Amino acid sequence: MTFSPELEARLAKMLESYPKGRERAALIPMLMYTQDEVGHISKELAEEVAKRCGVTTLQVEEVVGFYTMLRTKKMGKTHLQICTNISCLLVGGDELWQHASKKLGIGHNQVTADGSISLEEVECIGACSWAPAIQTNYDFHHYVTLDQLDKLIDDLRRIQ
Amino acid sequence: MSNPVNLTIDGKAVQAAPGTLLIDAAKQSGILIPAFCYYEGYSLQAACRMCLVEVEKFPKLQAACTLPVAEGMVVRTEAASAVQARKTTLEFLLTNHPLDCPVCDKGGECELQDMVFRYGAGESRFTEVKHHVDEKQWSPVVYYDAPRCILCYRCVRVCDEGMGVTALGITHRGAYSEITPNKGDHLNCDQCGACIDICPVGALTSGIYRYQTRPWEMEHVGTICTHCSDGCKTTLGVRNNEIVRGNNRDSTGINGEFLCIKGRYAFDFIKHEDRLQSPMVRRNGKLEEVSWAEAVKAVAARFAEIKAAGGAIGVAGSVHSTNEESYFLQKFARQGLGTPHIDHARSGDVPALIHALAGKTDALATADSLYHAKAVLVVDADLSQQHPFLAFQVRANVRHHQAAVYTVTRGPVREEQTAAKAVHTADYLAGVRGLGEDLKKHADLVIVFGDGIKGAAVGELVAFGDSLGIPVRYVCLVDYSNSRGAMDMGLLPELGPGYHPAAVRGMSLPQMAASQDLAALWVVGADPLAGGKRLASGKAFVVVQDLFLTDTAKQADVVLPSASAYEKSGTVTNVTGQIQRLKKGLNIMGAKPDLEIFGLIARAMGVDAGRAQNEAVFEEIRKSVRGYNVPLPVLATGGAAQAQPVNGRVDVLPDPELVRSAGDTLFTSGSLGRYSKILGSVMEAPGALYKG
Ligand code: SF4
Ligand code: SF4
Ligand code: SF4
Ligand code: FES
Ligand code: FES
Repeated sequence: MTFSPELEARLAKMLESYPKGRERAALIPMLMYTQDEVGHISKELAEEVAKRCGVTTLQVEEVVGFYTMLRTKKMGKTHLQICTNISCLLVGGDELWQHASKKLGIGHNQVTADGSISLEEVECIGACSWAPAIQTNYDFHHYVTLDQLDKLIDDLRRIQ
Repeated sequence: MSNPVNLTIDGKAVQAAPGTLLIDAAKQSGILIPAFCYYEGYSLQAACRMCLVEVEKFPKLQAACTLPVAEGMVVRTEAASAVQARKTTLEFLLTNHPLDCPVCDKGGECELQDMVFRYGAGESRFTEVKHHVDEKQWSPVVYYDAPRCILCYRCVRVCDEGMGVTALGITHRGAYSEITPNKGDHLNCDQCGACIDICPVGALTSGIYRYQTRPWEMEHVGTICTHCSDGCKTTLGVRNNEIVRGNNRDSTGINGEFLCIKGRYAFDFIKHEDRLQSPMVRRNGKLEEVSWAEAVKAVAARFAEIKAAGGAIGVAGSVHSTNEESYFLQKFARQGLGTPHIDHARSGDVPALIHALAGKTDALATADSLYHAKAVLVVDADLSQQHPFLAFQVRANVRHHQAAVYTVTRGPVREEQTAAKAVHTADYLAGVRGLGEDLKKHADLVIVFGDGIKGAAVGELVAFGDSLGIPVRYVCLVDYSNSRGAMDMGLLPELGPGYHPAAVRGMSLPQMAASQDLAALWVVGADPLAGGKRLASGKAFVVVQDLFLTDTAKQADVVLPSASAYEKSGTVTNVTGQIQRLKKGLNIMGAKPDLEIFGLIARAMGVDAGRAQNEAVFEEIRKSVRGYNVPLPVLATGGAAQAQPVNGRVDVLPDPELVRSAGDTLFTSGSLGRYSKILGSVMEAPGALYKG
């Protein structure tokens, strides 16, 4: 399995940043960035990363199973994550979640029919000071209101 | 101990070496701190929180399994806070636990049960529905019951670090975490069962033992595995005169807890339906069942006739028989039958090694040396497949002492995963010589070699070892549980007991088979006519003692059913020359131990070959076989004593061409393996010998 030249360069650099024999240290970042390109962690991708990090495929699966941000199912082009943990809940996180779910017609860990957006109800994303917070791929959105969420979703659909 | 650390544990002044973990320091002074995930010899996990103890000046409870001792430390292992913490941990562990102790294999010897009994987490505040997952079968050997699992990672580590297989992992998280096998829904692994035995609870169970018995209903008989030559101690669990399990949880013996699939499970051949139950004599071309008295009479009469007529009698000894049996057999043959034609299936050139080491002391390695040597060189052997325990020792040495491993083999072997250098070549000596500069750097070395090094090559290998200028010890690999003993006891046409030249040089097995004049062939636990081969001499009277109707037995005139190693006592000598005691686990009907059969034949012939009784024969062996004068109490208490037959040249060296290893894999064991259903049922790994 090969990736885009940019990603390959990034992975090569990543492997170099750890002492020789400790390639497994690159496991999580490698999974994250390859997931971004491939869309999800397929069996084939798990095997490829295992090979590159010098671990068994099962050891990759252990990590993938543990971290919710690593997904074995294909998600949308934009993965919209809405926090409903305590700080966000207190200031409308749940309303945001309900709204997005209704507007997109999908539930937790589901993808829109056109594959553009997927939705996930997440635990605290470490942005409590700016609650309610949501995340699209790696971007954070703070003090999100229902209107902003509406506009964000419309924008995301338009980009498609 | 350099500058020991002083500390107090439960009011007791304790000293420990710097760096010692608190849990170990406590254990050394007789204080047992509870632990689920901590396991001596494997990496630290600190996952279970059972070992929490109160340490003065620490604001919180500390995990004794990861805390190194410090000067002046004051520890209370059973402080009220620690007890409360353990109780809570247990309550937590039990939230999803099925509490099916009444039917669980582990009930009665379960660490979780013991801990709950001790700390009494008898009530649960957890009222939700328990998370249940159905049990899974991963292989004929391994079953997994996730709800019983306490996620201690012992199985994962023993498989990865101990076995070098890495077939188990833990996927998902929290209450949903589960052990997962490497092939998703099944295991492709060594099927050793180490994961099952190390499991503190009944989450991993074996296809052989599960739901067969309760632990307290068994008798536990410590004996030696009868398969490969490594000589692992296995403790048989015997119930109603049937072996229901084998393990070595008490860690006695040279192998500690280690056993491969054969030692742990492949005892089932003894109850195979093809097992011979009664002596048979050929009448009108057909083997017919007769009484022991009749069969023995037939053999004795014919042997006496042939002896009187001066006919050639060939004797093939066994690589599974005890030392006592092999010694008695050759003595009976040489003195009683007056024949020099004695041999067995040779699998390693031990005489050549002993010859090459003449004058050296401490040049034969033990299983322990493989764990302590700074460097190990493996030549022409697929250790993980052919000598699982020796391979385990090497792996442990790498893990605990960073030993340097070198391999010179024809094809890839597992040892390469951690080897400093791996050479692939069929020219073993050249490969070895190429490593000279590397090997010299180490403080000491053990060289383990297979049947690719024999005859003159053994001398060259030892000369190479001498040239390194470091202490070198050797292991000449042989195949089966008493292959080494068969040679030490003189089951060779050229050599008598202790490698003394035989008075008259006899025929080797192939020569016997090719001889037109062979008048009789007495085969004890061997199959020289395997594959339907025929003796050149059409008139030979063939007597076979065996567990099964082997190819040779099918051609026999008299067949005598013999006892397996698990059904008799005596001593065996492993590949590294370590003598250990077999202990009879079962009573049998029909079959008899070889020694008893020899005694019956001798008596019927009126031949005096000494008393056919273990202690008497071993006493004679101790007196007359070089190196066997070992301390008896060591053997009596289940220990191993190394025979040191070195220190003399072997004046007549047997033909190296006759040395050939059977090339068993992890899942085969010569003729015994064919009758083990469990060995026949595990297919996938390890496949063909990596040796190629
Ligand atoms: S049986 Fe042995 S090799 Fe197989 S998973 Fe268990 S420990 Fe690993
Ligand atoms: S299966 Fe047994 S050894 Fe493995 S993690 Fe679970 S409880 Fe521990
Ligand atoms: S390594 Fe050899 S002696 Fe040990 S259990 Fe396996 S077959 Fe038996
Ligand atoms: S609770 Fe939502 S970001 Fe922390
Ligand atoms: S034994 Fe210390 S945490 Fe498990």
